[in-house]
Amino acid sequence: MAKTKTTDILFGPVFRNNPIALQILGICSALAVTTKLSTAVVMSIAVILVTSFSSAAVASIRTYIPSSIRIIVQMTVIASVVIVVDQVLKAYLFDISKQLSVFVGLIITNCIVMGRAEGFAMKNGVFMSFVDGLGNGLGYGVILISVGFFRELLGSGSLFGYQLMQLDRNGGWYNPNNLMLLPPSAFFLIGIFIWVLRTVRPEQIEEA
Amino acid sequence: MPQRDSVGYTIGVALVLCIVCSLGVSGAAVALKDRQEQNKVLDRQKNILDATGIAYGETGAPASELKPEKVTQLFGRIDEKLVNLETGEFDTTTDPKTYSERAAAKIDSESSVIDTVDGNPGFKRRENIVRVYLVRDASGKVSQVVLPVYGKGLWSTLYGYLAVKSDLKTAQGLTFYEHGETPGLGGEVDNPAWKAQWEGLKLYDDNGEPVATVAKGPAEAGNVHAVDGLSGATITGRGVTNLVRYWTGEDGYGPFLDKLDSQLEGMPQSSADSAPESVPTKQATEE
Repeated sequence: MAKTKTTDILFGPVFRNNPIALQILGICSALAVTTKLSTAVVMSIAVILVTSFSSAAVASIRTYIPSSIRIIVQMTVIASVVIVVDQVLKAYLFDISKQLSVFVGLIITNCIVMGRAEGFAMKNGVFMSFVDGLGNGLGYGVILISVGFFRELLGSGSLFGYQLMQLDRNGGWYNPNNLMLLPPSAFFLIGIFIWVLRTVRPEQIEEA
Repeated sequence: MPQRDSVGYTIGVALVLCIVCSLGVSGAAVALKDRQEQNKVLDRQKNILDATGIAYGETGAPASELKPEKVTQLFGRIDEKLVNLETGEFDTTTDPKTYSERAAAKIDSESSVIDTVDGNPGFKRRENIVRVYLVRDASGKVSQVVLPVYGKGLWSTLYGYLAVKSDLKTAQGLTFYEHGETPGLGGEVDNPAWKAQWEGLKLYDDNGEPVATVAKGPAEAGNVHAVDGLSGATITGRGVTNLVRYWTGEDGYGPFLDKLDSQLEGMPQSSADSAPESVPTKQATEE
């Protein structure tokens, strides 16, 4: 493990081993917060912060954790980091935290965070675990932001709330696709993303 | 480390971890509390200003785009009061700073059973004491009253403010500050073009019954009691109809508005028509 390059750990999870596209983890929030690009971006940043700092924290105490309570210890660390992030959002990005509502709190239950703590941080050093958390958060963020991009563009005709295509209900020409605003559309988009990814990288196709 | 799985060590680690984590969490909560409270207050003020249309009327921008100082300055013309819905009188014994409507609605002695069939907001009980906001114009006369309203939509409870002109029978604006309706469908209650239709809507019919309606499809031309429906959001629309009717009715702010009306009559009035009467733009709706 010591020979693994930092850049591999950082960028591996983005496309080669994406937590959403390959491991199909953390789908719940990917459906819920991607109707707008701004919420998707803030959610991605929140998850990146949580995965990297909780992985680093777990790694730093990994030699002290009794194996019988290690999952609980990881949960406690993750929950604490999530609450701190939630508090900071409420203080500095109030409008967006209102839109994200419970989903920031639900990062605690995001399998990616837990998976990295148990699967990587328990066996690796603090720095590497931090980088690994950062990479996996980025992998999550890439999917979230691309899904958010298409959902906001096709569903509301705007990006970051800035109107690019005038909607017909406001006197413009674009008839928005309301399906894009409903959670199932995120499934379709993630499906298309996985399809594209596996066409480009056939080694990700699972044995039937 | 052989002792790593001993009971004592495990409990010790758990204790230390709990203490460290709780210190971190409570530290963050305490350090950021002031800012969060400010944000909440500011958010509420912005929503009240948006319901009244003052922000837009004076600065040309919705309150959500104004600087905090400007919001505070505009809000200086608005008085917060508590009202007892049972008597319709102002309540002066309760401290508005600590009073919580949502907590009171859960306490039997501070709430009443909602038993209206027509226009039921979807709750079993509602609090007896509510907050209202009296908006004064530059000369100090009451020009609008802002009433907090809430009720169930499709997925969520919609919390909002209904601003009423000084005749106390005509809506000035309706805005929701908290809801979880589907974006693009029921969530279009936030659409400025739709909200603009509420201005000038007559809340009562000739017999004084609350009749405000969110139509299904476009509102009939000439109907002064209705706004257009939102496409694909029939149930949200019905919820809005119910909550506006409930809160403007006998069970809601009715008694308070009656009392306030007689109080306001005693003093010189700023005309309800002084606000520029914009013709509501009727938008095409699809089913």
